[in-house]
Amino acid sequence: MQGLEDLYREIILDHYKNPRNSGQLDTPPAHRAEGYNPLCGDEVAVYVANEGDKIVDIKMSGQGCSISRSSASLMTVAVKGKTVAEARDAIRTFKNMMSIHEASLGAEAEDQAAPADLRTLGELAALQGVVKFPVRIKCATLAWNTLSQVLDEIEAGA
Amino acid sequence: METMTTQETAAAADTLDVAKIRADFPIFDRHGEKPLHFLDSAASSQRPIQVLAVMDEYYETTHANVHRGVYGLAERATAQYEESRGAVGAFIGAPDPSREIVFTKNATESLNLVANSFARGILAPGDKVVLTKMEHHANLVPWLMVKDQLGIEIVYIDHDADGYLDLDGLDAKLDGAKLVSLTLCSNVLGTLNPVKEIAARAHAAGALVAADGAQYVPHIATDVQDLGVDMLAFTGHKMLGPTGIGVLWAKAELLERMPPFLGGGDMILDVRLDGFTPNELPYKFEAGTPPIAEAIGLGAAVKYLSALGMEKVRAHEIALTEYALGRFEEAFGKDMVVHGPRNPLDRGGVLSFAYRDVHPHDISQVLDQFGVCVRAGHHCAKPLMRTLGVAATARASLYIYNDRSDVEGLIEAIAATRSFFG
Repeated sequence: MQGLEDLYREIILDHYKNPRNSGQLDTPPAHRAEGYNPLCGDEVAVYVANEGDKIVDIKMSGQGCSISRSSASLMTVAVKGKTVAEARDAIRTFKNMMSIHEASLGAEAEDQAAPADLRTLGELAALQGVVKFPVRIKCATLAWNTLSQVLDEIEAGA
Repeated sequence: METMTTQETAAAADTLDVAKIRADFPIFDRHGEKPLHFLDSAASSQRPIQVLAVMDEYYETTHANVHRGVYGLAERATAQYEESRGAVGAFIGAPDPSREIVFTKNATESLNLVANSFARGILAPGDKVVLTKMEHHANLVPWLMVKDQLGIEIVYIDHDADGYLDLDGLDAKLDGAKLVSLTLCSNVLGTLNPVKEIAARAHAAGALVAADGAQYVPHIATDVQDLGVDMLAFTGHKMLGPTGIGVLWAKAELLERMPPFLGGGDMILDVRLDGFTPNELPYKFEAGTPPIAEAIGLGAAVKYLSALGMEKVRAHEIALTEYALGRFEEAFGKDMVVHGPRNPLDRGGVLSFAYRDVHPHDISQVLDQFGVCVRAGHHCAKPLMRTLGVAATARASLYIYNDRSDVEGLIEAIAATRSFFG
């Protein structure tokens, strides 16, 4: 089960069993978006409360596998207290990490950018093993795509 | 393995020679390094060399378009294609295969054909169609599309917590209905629905009956006349045939009344600039070049199944289901919940389960490390998932090439999820 140790890292299982920032925020004033993975039925709702361009609070709720739940939990920790622009950077960096698998087959520029960015990911780097399991990449990116929608909404309203 | 179920079960399990069957399926030797516990035949079965060889032989010696050329090659291709139609019809007891068997792409297309044709020529706004709450999306979404298009009313038959249809109040639901469309065997619960009884009651109420046989025809001897249905949809790739070939059987007099679904070549007798005259049965429903090699492959598949004997196939699956349910109970007790009827006689070899609170995706991922293939997800039955109160399940499904070693492999792999998920 060597391969699986790369996928189910301790940090991931910890965030799965003890999700951080689990719950909801009142909308409005908070903004909310929902994401679905039609393949497996995973659902996530992301709530963001902002003051100007700063994310002052974030919550997530829904249901899903260990990868989608832990990724959502890790994401809330990573972007809470950050600016919208910083959160967008985090989304980009994370999705870059998730696309290493595909990038290595094609685009070289992305491939080179990724390792440097990894150092900025902190605990999120634990999800790096997911790229070895391509079917699960969608699980890991679900909450991030949903956050991206919430940020769009915040910026559209600003 | 020390604890076996009853002697009778052991004897019944031996009705199929699984080792001999497995030798016919190249994939078990050639898929890779790990032993393969293929427990996902409800999604798509594997296929034996007998099917593959017939298709190769056809392409290497015979191929030409059917129903068109007057040259010998085209005649032979047409003859083989039509021969398969006959074989498939005989396999389900169709009284008149040469007119009643329509080749499609898959069961989904067969059901879409029924829904679209009924919407065009048989149903009127406000008409009632009765479905069950355990339908696959293929027998649900086409009717929801007809509802949007035509404004029909859809009424659902409920089921209880064990997966049995609730037939109390059925007659009220059937009252005034034009059509009942339901699955013979649930792809999630495994429930074998009492279609014969429902068909009789539907007919008494003046409704037609369409059956989704995708999970039934591959596993249980099927006789459309005995079932008493008017239409039956099923697919080739779940019954040892290739992908890309499905079947709709319907009574000839009903097919005559049904307008065509897809338009194009082969489905017409005459075309003018202001209209067309549809072809005779069954070509009226087979627009364009059909999946010829696939139809011939399906003919070989039903021949293979018939040679095994569908009664034996069913006995094998009952015995293996009983064994699996017993061993799950022994190994995991209350930690494992199998959805659907308890009684193996009331269900097909489809075992949807929950294990502790491990997500089906995670179960499936760990199982893969052991060479155990199961499906994880909503199984194209989202409304049913909601009534079960789950977002997804893991599903192991059994077929002719599975035996007790596959069940044991599954159990060993499920137990291993504890090393990650406690």
